Amino acid sequence: MAEAVLEVEALHAGYGPAKVLFGVSLSLRRGEVAALMGRNGAGKSTTLKAIMGLLPPRGGRVRFAGQDITGLPPFRIARLGLGYVPEERRIFTDLTVYENLEVGRRAPAAGRAAWTPERLFTVFPNLAEMRGRRASAMSGGEQQMLTIARTLMGNPEAVLLDEPSEGLAPVIVEQMADAVLRMKEEGIAVLLSEQNLDFAAAVADRAYVIERGEIRFQGAMAALEADEQVREAYLTV
Amino acid sequence: MDFSFVVVQALSGLASASSLFVIASGLTLVFGVTRIVNFAHGSFYMLGAYIAVTVVPWLLEIDRSPWLFFVGVLVSAVAVGILGVVMEVLLLRRIYKVPELFQLLATFGVVLMVQDAVLKIWGPVDITGPRAPGLRHGVEILGQRFPAYELFLIFVGPAVLGLLWLLMHRTRFGILIRAATRDREMVGALGVNQALLFTGTLFLGAFLAGLGGALQIPRVSASAQMDLSIITEVFVVTVIGGMGSVTGAFLAAVLIGQLQAFGVLVFPKITLVLVFLLMAAVLVVKPWGLLGKPEAAAGRAALPEGILNPARFAAVEKGLLALSVTALLALPFFGSAYTMKVATEVLVFALAAFSLNFLVGNGGIVSFGHAAYFGLGAYAAGLLVVKAGVPMEPALVAAPVVAGLFAALFGFFVVRLSGIYLAMLTLAFAQIAYAVCFQWVEFTGGDNGVVGVWPSAWAASRHVYFYVVAVLVVAAILALRHVVYAPFGATLRAARDSEQRADAIGVDVRVHRWLGFTLAGAAAGLAGGLYAFSKGSIDPTMLGIPMSVDFLAMILLGGIQTVMGAVVGAAAFHAIKDVFMPLTDFWRFFLGASIIALVLIFPRGLGGAYAALRRQPGVVRA
Repeated sequence: MAEAVLEVEALHAGYGPAKVLFGVSLSLRRGEVAALMGRNGAGKSTTLKAIMGLLPPRGGRVRFAGQDITGLPPFRIARLGLGYVPEERRIFTDLTVYENLEVGRRAPAAGRAAWTPERLFTVFPNLAEMRGRRASAMSGGEQQMLTIARTLMGNPEAVLLDEPSEGLAPVIVEQMADAVLRMKEEGIAVLLSEQNLDFAAAVADRAYVIERGEIRFQGAMAALEADEQVREAYLTV
Repeated sequence: MDFSFVVVQALSGLASASSLFVIASGLTLVFGVTRIVNFAHGSFYMLGAYIAVTVVPWLLEIDRSPWLFFVGVLVSAVAVGILGVVMEVLLLRRIYKVPELFQLLATFGVVLMVQDAVLKIWGPVDITGPRAPGLRHGVEILGQRFPAYELFLIFVGPAVLGLLWLLMHRTRFGILIRAATRDREMVGALGVNQALLFTGTLFLGAFLAGLGGALQIPRVSASAQMDLSIITEVFVVTVIGGMGSVTGAFLAAVLIGQLQAFGVLVFPKITLVLVFLLMAAVLVVKPWGLLGKPEAAAGRAALPEGILNPARFAAVEKGLLALSVTALLALPFFGSAYTMKVATEVLVFALAAFSLNFLVGNGGIVSFGHAAYFGLGAYAAGLLVVKAGVPMEPALVAAPVVAGLFAALFGFFVVRLSGIYLAMLTLAFAQIAYAVCFQWVEFTGGDNGVVGVWPSAWAASRHVYFYVVAVLVVAAILALRHVVYAPFGATLRAARDSEQRADAIGVDVRVHRWLGFTLAGAAAGLAGGLYAFSKGSIDPTMLGIPMSVDFLAMILLGGIQTVMGAVVGAAAFHAIKDVFMPLTDFWRFFLGASIIALVLIFPRGLGGAYAALRRQPGVVRA
């Protein structure tokens, strides 16, 4: 079994007086895809934001690539090789596709091939045709692809992917699944938050289930699919 | 008006537009990335001019070549850019997340400090700069002589626009700046060190302001008043163009340059008013400016805070209140005439500050021009007494009525906006009022104002007048306080916290805000009227930006989260100013430093600290 690239221990976080996470622990192994499942408001996005430093953790530890990153500013965490793809896309709409990619560009770790726009266009062929176009003139699905491509330009070792399938047309969801699998092929570990069990089952090796800020289930993706009780209790709406 | 004259006039308008654009582009860039409206941008402009009138003659001593002139201009701009970096590292970095009102105040603190620093270094006398070698002659255009330097300036604006375009689109730094203008947190999550990006932006912004100032030296002499006069014009340019948009700033600068060049022919006295009218008109049609984006104003990390829990007085506080009212009433029995004057002013400012916090704390309407209504009340009362021979009593009725009418007029436009645009528009209206009082010499006495505004004979003694003020101020504050607790006040708070939700439950947010704005203006007008009779005179400083900032500092000191904090803040602020001003020639420096210190270490004010103690002793909520 591969070693963990990301380890989260007893993470607490919240917004103002509202506490959202109550001691979340999880880990992500090198090169695997893990899904963090749960309903709306369960704490999925909050977990990813707290790992990335976008929301200051109020307790617990986060280790990435053997280094304690708890409480570091987001740019330091990103520079260590942890990428983040936000739920709301957050594309720079005034910039062209090419310029969006430029913002994400960082030199790769020694000895690794760098992602270039040209290489990314093989993964996301749609983007190639519109490299000079303003991001505001793209469809939601295209923007979602662009956010992932933008994060990959930083040559991350692992990526936090927040609700990648949300609000996308079925055909785009399929492309998204292909993109996640391609990232896995490239050796990038992915922790994605997801409500859509089918999507998660198609891409993830392991799953965590979060409810009210606590992890209620962890195990192989197949085990979650087989466990009707857990699915009933925490996932079905 | 013949054709050649029109052409020359248009050209000189373009030259002014060019200078204005160079300065405004820096402000708009800095705002785009940091979301801070930097009052000190005008100070950078002034420093650029002062450094240039020092450096350029020194260089021209070596050799009177045109090249050395421009080397000197660039050196000055770079020096100012470095000062911008210093300001970012020492101050701005610490206030990116505080509400915009505090940011405006803190940067205004820098304005005050720089003013005194400039007076200390360069002295109070204006300094005339050298003319540019090689560009001193006039050029013949359609039979009219036009200065070559002005012609050169016309090309500077488009050149700077072009260079900025290249920088923003062809360099990584520029692309990052544009991305950060959209979403700076996301830029950080992609591994970009925002601190460096912000420092770089401040360098660029201050450099452009410094360049604008240094290029002015052959046209205008360096003086200690250039900071505030340019900053309002530059605010107007950036607001009309759309905050954060460089191209918008260019368009707006050209518009304003032409408006001034031709407006001066038609209405020589009210060119300033024309500019602000243009701004008001643009904002009514396009609330985010010509090329601005609504997102640039919304979606801030920190929303303006305000009165959270309008607690009623506890038993102890009732006792305290009774004690202070008794002390107030007893004061004339042992106070000297000077004590009475100070006490009267404290009361007047308490009402002005209370009415401002009624807007800011209760309504979330961050007015940056509240002094306008204070001053309009003072002018209404003063002019009635001196010019029309009306006695004090009706004049004191007229003060709140006139101020309230103007607040209703200006407020009609103001409440259509929100956030930083709203603050800028209130500032613009205040500057219109200021400009009229300053420029309409025959009616208002201009810069000197009007003297002889004295109370009626029965209230002539300082002690009696104090009682008049005390009764009116306490009554007005109690009335306003009553409104805070009334459903109207609660509705304003609801609209402050979520305009959409208030709207959805059937509240006409605009009408409520409009009424609130008018009411606050009328209360400030009463304070102004009382102040005029206390001082015995009126003058334009009563409606100037520094006065508005004083009021804001008072409510900040008192704490905008509390209902009564403004009163405490007014007393404390006036006391501090009264102690500092006679002690030192550098009172502005200390005042600025105190405002900055207040924002940095005491952002909830005295009242906020007390409220936190009351809620939960020893625990201040984060």
